[in-house]
Amino acid sequence: MKDDLVLRVVGRLMIPAILLFALYVQFHGDFGPGGGFQAGVIIAAGIIFYALIYGVTATRQLVPDWVIETMVASGVLIYAGVGLAGLLLGGHYLDYSVLSHDPVHGQHRGIFWVEVGVATTVCGVMLKIFYMFTSRGNSEG
Amino acid sequence: MAITVVVIAVTRNLFSVIVLSGVYSFLMATVLVALDAVDVAMTEAAVGAGVSTVLLLGALHLCKSQEAKPTHKPWLPLVVSVSTGALLVYGALELPDFGDPEAPIHKNVVPRYLENEVEVPNVVTAVLASFRGYDTLGETTVVFTAGVGVIALLRRRKKNPEKKRDET
Repeated sequence: MKDDLVLRVVGRLMIPAILLFALYVQFHGDFGPGGGFQAGVIIAAGIIFYALIYGVTATRQLVPDWVIETMVASGVLIYAGVGLAGLLLGGHYLDYSVLSHDPVHGQHRGIFWVEVGVATTVCGVMLKIFYMFTSRGNSEG
Repeated sequence: MAITVVVIAVTRNLFSVIVLSGVYSFLMATVLVALDAVDVAMTEAAVGAGVSTVLLLGALHLCKSQEAKPTHKPWLPLVVSVSTGALLVYGALELPDFGDPEAPIHKNVVPRYLENEVEVPNVVTAVLASFRGYDTLGETTVVFTAGVGVIALLRRRKKNPEKKRDET
């Protein structure tokens, strides 16, 4: 589908909007609908859209495999790290109130980092599964 | 939605089945918006209609596009699913009405959630990330495990032919 002018132009217009919307969903998740899981899936969907238009090879150059594999693992580590940070600062595991001077601020900070972790893992896993399926198709067919 | 489900069950062409299940997901997302569950609706639209449709199309690329003819009569599965459905509907008859403030589910922890001591305006986010932080950590680990499982399964397949070639 690389030569389809309409698709290329629409994709070029849509993909930044999709990624921006994902970031909005991520960081505005405290106030409106959304959060880490949704944001991760939307980012993955945007990149998959790019892969559908420009081909998987180009996408693999843009977002290499090692980045995605690092994302898969680091998301869980960020989440668990927030829990450990609470433990080190004298609270319970995953107790966000101690992360800042003000418990409410601490809660906000904890939720923010936890959502970042969720988004990273979800986005990484979605893209990894997508790459795996498409590369199998190429190697065998 | 009912029409979509019937068509999915009847159709033998897997490509149209995949597209129809995407349609079903979008309809489901609309229903969820109508029920004021915007977070779930967003997930349903992105995962159900977007990513999983693409993944299923990728899987379709690897196999035949026509469903195989069933080898046995569908009566036993039909009886099992209809009776399970009837049992579930019978159980759901006793549930409190939708949006009933006196329902037991709204009496235990919900008032504390809605008091919102973490002062995050979106209650869903507050419950997910703060009150039930352990659950969400578990869910993230499940997603992680799923990804690792897919990597482990599909990588080994790719390496096997090379090994065989080396042995011979």
